Amino acid sequence: MLYREAGQFKTTYAEDMAIFPISQDRIALAVLLGIAFIGVPLLATFHIWPFGSDYLLWAILLPFLILALAAIGTNILVGYCGQISLGSGAFMAIGAYSAYKLATGVHIPLAWLGFAVSIPPLPVLASILLGGLIAAGVGILFGIPSLRIKGLYLAVATLAAQFFFDWAFLRIPWFTNYAPSGSVNAPALDFFGLIVQSPIERYLLCLLLLTLMALLAKNLVRSNLGRQWMAIRDMDIAAELIGIRPLYAKLTAFAVSSFIVGVAGALWAFVYLGSWEPLAFSIDRSLQLLFMVIIGGLGSIMGSFVGAAFILIVPIMLNLIPTELGVPLSTETITHFEFIIFGSLICYLLIKEPHGFARLISIGKEKLRLWPFPY
Amino acid sequence: MRVRDTNEILLQVEGVALSFGGVRALKDVSFNVRKGEIRAIIGPNGAGKTSMLNVVNGFYHPDRGTITFKGRTRDRMQPFEAARGGIARTFQNVALFKGMSALDNIMAGRTLKVRRGLLWQALRCGPALREELEHRHRVEEIIDFLEIEAIRKVPVGRLPYGLQKRVELGRALAMEPDLLLLDEPMAGMNLEEKEDMSRFIVDVNNQYGTTIALIEHDMAVVMDLSDRVAVLDHGVKIADGTPDEVKNNHAVIEAYLGVAH
Ligand SMILES: Nc1ncnc2c1ncn2[C@@H]1O[C@H](COP(=O)(O)OP(=O)(O)OP(=O)(O)O)[C@@H](O)[C@H]1O
Ligand SMILES: [Mg+2]
Repeated sequence: MLYREAGQFKTTYAEDMAIFPISQDRIALAVLLGIAFIGVPLLATFHIWPFGSDYLLWAILLPFLILALAAIGTNILVGYCGQISLGSGAFMAIGAYSAYKLATGVHIPLAWLGFAVSIPPLPVLASILLGGLIAAGVGILFGIPSLRIKGLYLAVATLAAQFFFDWAFLRIPWFTNYAPSGSVNAPALDFFGLIVQSPIERYLLCLLLLTLMALLAKNLVRSNLGRQWMAIRDMDIAAELIGIRPLYAKLTAFAVSSFIVGVAGALWAFVYLGSWEPLAFSIDRSLQLLFMVIIGGLGSIMGSFVGAAFILIVPIMLNLIPTELGVPLSTETITHFEFIIFGSLICYLLIKEPHGFARLISIGKEKLRLWPFPY
Repeated sequence: MRVRDTNEILLQVEGVALSFGGVRALKDVSFNVRKGEIRAIIGPNGAGKTSMLNVVNGFYHPDRGTITFKGRTRDRMQPFEAARGGIARTFQNVALFKGMSALDNIMAGRTLKVRRGLLWQALRCGPALREELEHRHRVEEIIDFLEIEAIRKVPVGRLPYGLQKRVELGRALAMEPDLLLLDEPMAGMNLEEKEDMSRFIVDVNNQYGTTIALIEHDMAVVMDLSDRVAVLDHGVKIADGTPDEVKNNHAVIEAYLGVAH
């Protein structure tokens, strides 16, 4: 009887169009945001449990925030627009390396033309956002084949993009500013004089960006553009006949998705890793993001969060629980178990519930709305 | 305000031929649709009716012949150009966006009327929100008109067939088309659903002055609704005229009864 919309009559369409039309959901979200923005920083500052050490922030919360952002980006392309992509890792890399180049100053010697293009180092925030924009541009370029090829074939094309960029960032020394080891260091995280350094500062930076971008993404998917994406996903022929241009719908999905994934890549490199190698954005990352989206829920912003949390927490639980029980598992066994769990879960979800955990949650809510009277 | 008595031609199809490999679906078909009328296209299975509609809205490109719509003649058209020109349609086998709610399906029909771009939609404030609300109001009128208020939030994949057909009509109406093509809008419906659908079609024609071209197998419905009927058989137009004229036409009777020539 607690979760109920009874008595909450929406008198205008504007109210009906709110993100969370049911007030219990709004309260839950407010509480969650309160905990994330105020509770966690307070606990962390005073080192109160579970923030006694920085483990929770570093090992769980920070990667969760950044990968949830990348999962939202992936979900826009795969879940909303129906264009399967195995190249999300590459677009994270493009965001990361573009931001790195912009933050350290770009110098392109065009010797044969007799001059060189030089851009002085840009501020970190500008670099990160421009890195996202460059990823969006490359995304549009790699989205063009999607007008001709579909499904599995498109997936293979995006896989090619993944391998191409893996190679480019590994082999073209210009991208890494000729670092002999191929590994590069992020610039100091200076935001208008505010230096982001401690784990909790990093956490707040990512939380802020994630919240903003999740809101913008949610707005997009419930506006006309989002409906165009879903229309293309569900039936492209009918979409065209109501005046949707597949070119525009698909390329905007590639652009928006790559922008978000690119920003997430820049954050992953600058804020989480600090120094990194091309391996940080390999095909493994692409697959991980795809798993998050499938498990969390295709075509659901909330699902992107759930999926990211699940994929990050399972390995930790696999480590923790057997240790607590006195039968610690080896790292290898844990990796095997991970694959078994994710693999079978994905098979199950793809067959039974393509909308993932997000759909299961909303089914649960529907039941709860009726509870305790099952009709 | 019905304008069916004007003789203004909205759509003129001239000498259209279309074949798929060896199958000649349309052989030199000409016919027109007058502004404001309800025009029926009938014919036995495989006569080429659906192919005809597909040519009109640019889904198939004819091998020969021209299409003149609102005074502009072309020999081919892209589907989205047809949509922009004011042609909407529904399909013989419902072609809705299965994963979206009834409301979102109909809202998607407003795409061509949306003015605000990506950035505004992402911000969803000020003019963008106002625009979204205006479209919502327009769509709610259509939902009321089609009496589908109760199912607006239901994913269309879960709706029974009759309601899906209604939602699909709603999506086409949301485009505020000048010409509405309906491919067997009553196929697979029971009597009551057919009556509802007939009423919607007549009301659309009356209230909005929308010109309608429809394919239908149910003769009673065709004779009731339409101003003029064209009859196709094996890709050839064998008769064209008022329902009464067509009903008594020998070629038509033979085509339907399958009498050998
Ligand atoms: N895409 C296609 N590829 C090949 N043949 C096709 C195609 N579309 C239609 N045809 C053929 O063209 C002919 C006309 O088909 P069409 O669908 O236009 O008939 P119809 O009058 O709508 O029939 P029905 O009443 O069964 O809907 C048929 O012989 C059909 O097999
Ligand atoms: Mg047909």
